[in-house]
Amino acid sequence: MARVSSVLELIGRTPVLDVSALSPSPNVTLLAKLEGRNPAGSIKDRVALSLVEAAETEGRLVPGRPGQVLIEPSSGNTGIALAMICRLRGYHLKVVLPANVSPERRQLLVAWGAEIIESPGAEGSNGAVRRAQALAADHPDWVFLYQYANPANPRAHYTTTGPEILADVPEITHFVAGLGTSGTLMGVGRYLKEHRPGVQVWAVEPPSGEVVDGLRSLEDGYVPPVFTDGGGADLLDRKVIVRLRESVEWTRRLTEVGLFAGLSSGAIMAGAVKCARSVGDAPATIVTVICDDGWKYLSSGAWSDDVDDVVERTRTTIYF
Amino acid sequence: MAAVLRVPTVLRPAMGNNAVLEVEGSTIGEVLARLTETYPTSRVQLLDADGSLHRFLNVYVNDDDVRYLGGLDTPVTDHDEITLLPAVAGGSQ
Repeated sequence: MARVSSVLELIGRTPVLDVSALSPSPNVTLLAKLEGRNPAGSIKDRVALSLVEAAETEGRLVPGRPGQVLIEPSSGNTGIALAMICRLRGYHLKVVLPANVSPERRQLLVAWGAEIIESPGAEGSNGAVRRAQALAADHPDWVFLYQYANPANPRAHYTTTGPEILADVPEITHFVAGLGTSGTLMGVGRYLKEHRPGVQVWAVEPPSGEVVDGLRSLEDGYVPPVFTDGGGADLLDRKVIVRLRESVEWTRRLTEVGLFAGLSSGAIMAGAVKCARSVGDAPATIVTVICDDGWKYLSSGAWSDDVDDVVERTRTTIYF
Repeated sequence: MAAVLRVPTVLRPAMGNNAVLEVEGSTIGEVLARLTETYPTSRVQLLDADGSLHRFLNVYVNDDDVRYLGGLDTPVTDHDEITLLPAVAGGSQ
C-alpha cells in the first residue's frame, strides 16, 4: 500500500476474493468484495464520506467552522463511519441509536467522539429514523444528512463500488447485496445495468428480529426514499429473505475461506448461495459484498456459542 | 391445494390471531382473495384501494418476494410456504 496522508484516502478500492469453495455448483463462481478493509471497518465508509462531501459542496457544512452539529439515525456502520469522518473534520455528530444495538457499536461511536441519543429498542431502525426526523425538525441549525433519502448515498456506490466491481470482474452475471437503505443496490445496480444490461441484481432482505414483531401497525412500515426515488422496484430482478439461523450458519461457513465477517455478511452470503442454486448448472459469476468484519459481532457469540442461543440473542439485540 | 401462510404479529389480530394458516389458491392473488373473504378486516392490511399489494407489505413464496416474480399472479403450489412481512427500515445502517 502506498503512503497516504489521510485515512480517508484508504476508503474504497477494496479487494475481491474468490470464495467459490462455498459455491453449490462447480459452474458458478462466487466472488466477495471485502468492504471490511475500509478504515472505519465497513462499506458505509464510502457512503459517509459521500454524504459529508456533498453537504460541504452544498455549503451546508464548512470544514473548520466551530459549532457545527450533525444528526443521523444509525444502528451501526453509517454512524461509526460518520463518527470517524466528523472527528477528522471537527464536526459534532449526534447519532440516534436504538437502545438494543450491540455493545461494540456503542463503544466504536464513543471512540470517535460521537454523542449517542437513544431511541426505543423495540422500534429498531424505524424508531431511530423517526426520532432523528423529529429532532432535525426541532433544530433546523443541525445538519441532517439522512442516509435513507440522500442521493449522495447511492451515488457513492455508483461512482466507486460499481466501477470497481466491473473493473475487477468484467464477466459478472449477478450482483447480490443486502437491502437496508438500499444505497448499495441502487448505486451498484444502476451502474452495472447501464454497463452490462444483462446483469441480474438480487436483494437480500436481512432478518428483522423482534422489530417486526413489535410493529404496532402496518402503517408504521417504511420503504427508504433512496429505494423509491431510485426506481428500486424496476431495478431489482429478485428479492429474497434469509432467516436468522441460516445467516449465523453462513457467517460461520465464511471462516472456511478465511473470512471473519459480520452477521449481515453471513445473511448476504446465504442469499448469494440461493442465487447460485437458482442458476442451476449454467455458468455464472456472482459478485457479493462482505460489508464488514466480525469484530463488532463477537458479543453475539456467533462463532463460539450454540446456534440456537445465537439466534435468540440476535432476535433481541440489533446485529444486522 | 394447500400452502402454509406465516402471519406476522402485526397482522394476526385481523386473521383470527393465527400465526400459521393453511391457505388455498393457485396464485397469490387467489390466496389473498380467499383470506379477505374469511377475514374481511384483513383486506385493508393486505391490499391497497386499487387492489394491488399494500405498499408496506412484502409477500414471499418460499423466501422469494412476489413483487419480483409474478406479483399477484405468482403461482402457488401445494406445500409452498408463503410469508407475509411488513416493510421496515433495515437493521445495521
